[in-house]
Amino acid sequence: MTALLDSHAAMQARFHNALWTTATPDGLAQADAVERRFLVYRNNVQHGLCSALSQRFAVVERLVGAAFFTAMGRAFAASHPPQTPVLIDWGAEFAGFIEGFPPAAGLPYLGDVARLEWARGLAYHAADAPVADPAALTRGDPSGLRLTLAPSVAAFGSAWPVVSIWTNNQPGAEAQPLPTGAEFALIARLPAFEVPVIPLEAADCAVLRELHAGRSLGAAAGHGDPTRILALLLKHGLITAITGETL
Amino acid sequence: MDNSTKLLAASVAAALTLAGGAVQAEEHADMERCFGVSMAGENDCAAGPGTTCAGTSTMDYQGNAWTLVPAGTCNSIEMPAMEDGTMRDGSYVSMNRDLPA
Repeated sequence: MTALLDSHAAMQARFHNALWTTATPDGLAQADAVERRFLVYRNNVQHGLCSALSQRFAVVERLVGAAFFTAMGRAFAASHPPQTPVLIDWGAEFAGFIEGFPPAAGLPYLGDVARLEWARGLAYHAADAPVADPAALTRGDPSGLRLTLAPSVAAFGSAWPVVSIWTNNQPGAEAQPLPTGAEFALIARLPAFEVPVIPLEAADCAVLRELHAGRSLGAAAGHGDPTRILALLLKHGLITAITGETL
Repeated sequence: MDNSTKLLAASVAAALTLAGGAVQAEEHADMERCFGVSMAGENDCAAGPGTTCAGTSTMDYQGNAWTLVPAGTCNSIEMPAMEDGTMRDGSYVSMNRDLPA
């Protein structure tokens, strides 16, 4: 029995590996046309994974075109196949893969576009959390206060104008001239299940990162005026706890 | 209070004013998901594969695509009857009707 199970596991491993090669796995028993039938199976797996990737990384696909994206997606799926059956967990490494994918070397910002799209997906699926009472902000000295932010909150930054690139490539968007240089954004899920990409100034993003890391309001204010970030977080209900400094 | 603390307190006060006072997350509490009422390509977002994603429904009134509608109106949205004459109704859960082939 153990031998049978071992051989079954070995067969599964051969079958899995063959999905990403051009060879037909050994041990398939079929009267005719094994190769052709396995091709259909292999194509279904690869096509399904590429479709999933193109939904998750729609702007990357738009930037490079469907043919390029499919080729890149298949290469990614072959080298980074899903590790769990949960498809929404697959693709975290796509941004890094793109940056090391020689045919995409001419588009140095492409990896960060993928990073932004991945961050939006994470925000969408992040846990819910009740909103803190903002009144706690006005009790006593604010400099020692620490904020807990909603699990969906992410501070995004890129050395490229990736926020503008993403915005320009949304369905129905009118193309605006692209700025040069770095761009920053707050990404979070709103109660209506929208996941906006809210552009930030560099200093605002620095403040957000400090708060996100659990540093005090006073420490965060050392990186810039926290007014705009606080207003954004309050407006969208993204502060889930406000605690005083423990001395 | 020293000056930096005063400055920070002013900043907090300004932020609260900008945010419109005590804003709660329930700004859309009067909206709810309604399945089977979206026109093709106009469903709301559920980012990621394996879910119905914003603008990806391919059929009108697709049963597993949803749109946010005012609370309590999901069952009373008027839609054309199906080809076999059955009336369509919105639903709070995903449905099997009008799925792409």
